[in-house]
Amino acid sequence: MQNNSLKKIFLWFAIIFVVIFSLAPALWQLLTSFKVNEDISKFPTIYFPTRITLSHYIELFTRRPFWRYILNSAFVSILSTAFALGIGAPAAYALARLRPKGQNIVLAGVLVVTLFPGILLFLGLLEIVQFLRLGNNYLALIIPYTAINLPLTILVLRSFFEQLPKDLEDSARVDGYNTWQMLTQIILPMTLPALVTTGILTFIFAWNEFIFALTFITREDMKTIPVAAAQLSGASTFEIPYGPIAAATVLGTLPLVLLVLLFQRKIVQGLTAGAVKG
Amino acid sequence: MAKLELKNLNKTFSGKVIPVKDISLSVEDSEFLTLLGPSGCGKSTTLRMIAGLEEVTRGKIFLGNEDITYKGAGLRNMAMVFQSYALYPHMTVQENLASGLKLKKVPRTEIITRVAEVAELLGLEELLGRKPGQLSGGQRQRVAVGRALVRKAEAYLLDEPLSNLDALLRERVRADIKQIFSAQKAPVVYVTHDQTEAMTLSSKVAVLNNGYVQQLAPPADIYNHPANLFVAGFVGSPQMNLLTLPCKGNSVILGDFAITLPKFSNLPPQIVLGIRPEHVRVALPEDTQTVKGHVYLVENLGMYKLVSVHVANSQTESLTIRALLPPEQNWHDEEITLALPSQNIHWFDVESGNLLVKK
Repeated sequence: MQNNSLKKIFLWFAIIFVVIFSLAPALWQLLTSFKVNEDISKFPTIYFPTRITLSHYIELFTRRPFWRYILNSAFVSILSTAFALGIGAPAAYALARLRPKGQNIVLAGVLVVTLFPGILLFLGLLEIVQFLRLGNNYLALIIPYTAINLPLTILVLRSFFEQLPKDLEDSARVDGYNTWQMLTQIILPMTLPALVTTGILTFIFAWNEFIFALTFITREDMKTIPVAAAQLSGASTFEIPYGPIAAATVLGTLPLVLLVLLFQRKIVQGLTAGAVKG
Repeated sequence: MAKLELKNLNKTFSGKVIPVKDISLSVEDSEFLTLLGPSGCGKSTTLRMIAGLEEVTRGKIFLGNEDITYKGAGLRNMAMVFQSYALYPHMTVQENLASGLKLKKVPRTEIITRVAEVAELLGLEELLGRKPGQLSGGQRQRVAVGRALVRKAEAYLLDEPLSNLDALLRERVRADIKQIFSAQKAPVVYVTHDQTEAMTLSSKVAVLNNGYVQQLAPPADIYNHPANLFVAGFVGSPQMNLLTLPCKGNSVILGDFAITLPKFSNLPPQIVLGIRPEHVRVALPEDTQTVKGHVYLVENLGMYKLVSVHVANSQTESLTIRALLPPEQNWHDEEITLALPSQNIHWFDVESGNLLVKK
């Protein structure tokens, strides 16, 4: 009994430590975004503000087209995710089920591609973007985001398709489903958890990506949140606008948090929906 | 409605893997054909070819005089029940039952009445709103059968539908399946490796081995007149006694005893004697064809005792005969005299394994 409660206490300490350790930076940004300018730069540091202000947020929307940035980010991220899933799911299905010749080579290729650090692709992509005159075009972001996330999408979905019982598809075929109907009405609904997981990963990547967005897009009204947040500047070169930056960070993170919370429920639902065998 | 016919069906995966070599069968309306065989005999592949899930390498499949060999699975209007049931886990029972009809663009009102009919027949009314994950094994099995029935297909295919059920439930469902499918006016093809299922359900059994049909006959014939050694050994439990024995004159030598041979056109030097354990009995004084032996193992099966006997033999090789005896039967010490009634003995050729026909 004694031992047990001691264990519990340790467990709770560990949990609290991990939570603080991982959430503190985010919390710091959140608190900073509500502090008045004076409190931000005050010494000794004020951890929990007594004077709360929304002025940093208001500034973001009045002095800058922040709505526009959010829309840009959302547009690019949603399309990249849709393309990654739209191309990746059929590809993964083909690799898992149709067993084409040379599928091992394809898989190895897919795997090797994931090993490249993104920065290596950067110069090449820049050349391509210039050549195709895609600068300041959303496609300059959507295409690389989709491409970079395709390998992971294909690998994850392929292994998921492989564990789906083959009988289910046979049964669907006997019932009269054609390949497309089978994919959309039988297989994809069952693959929802995997789709959501890979989709969220792609979305987060596209939402947070910085270098491509910084280089390929220079027009003010097409910038995405990470770039916009990084380029916030104060009244003079020597002033760093901590408040607006914190506010921008919070606004940039909030949609992701909401998204994950929303779909987390979906993932759990999908997993508990009922397996084939008992 | 339609007759299902297979003509010289062959499935070749590669030079060495040929699960189905040459199979010809026909199943009439309301006939219940069972494909029976050990695993790897080609029975499932045959069924999958009939369903259109597996491409045919050679041969033809006809359904009601129409050549459907190269028709897509969905266009054949056949219904199939899978071993794993293969219910769509994200759909309710109602949707599972209706899915095939919806694709065939059957009017909504008809779908509802047909699903209701089948649900009533199988006692699924209470379960229509549930998902497969919330059903027990037996219930899932019924939904799988229901999904086939609701289609009103031109042929029904069942791939070991009972093998995932526990023994008690299996017996009950077996009876249900027999009733339900005998009411359907369509050919039924049933795949199993369980001979009890084959015997009880079918109007015709095709015993398959090694990609060939070994025997195609009603269950009683398969049991009483096995066409070859494989069928004799595969059908019947406990297994038939099969002894390879030398011939001498017009009899064979079984240990120290001689068993009279029927008249064959030409007598081989060796021959296989087959007799089912249930046909071997303890000899009565008036029995003429008897062997003496030594009981070395008694297995009590409840209804019967399965007695293994070493036949008395001056040679070194040991000859074993197993007999299924009533439990109250007794014998002195461990010595026993068994009668082998000649009308129950089957004779097979050693080389070909085929039944030797009496002249």
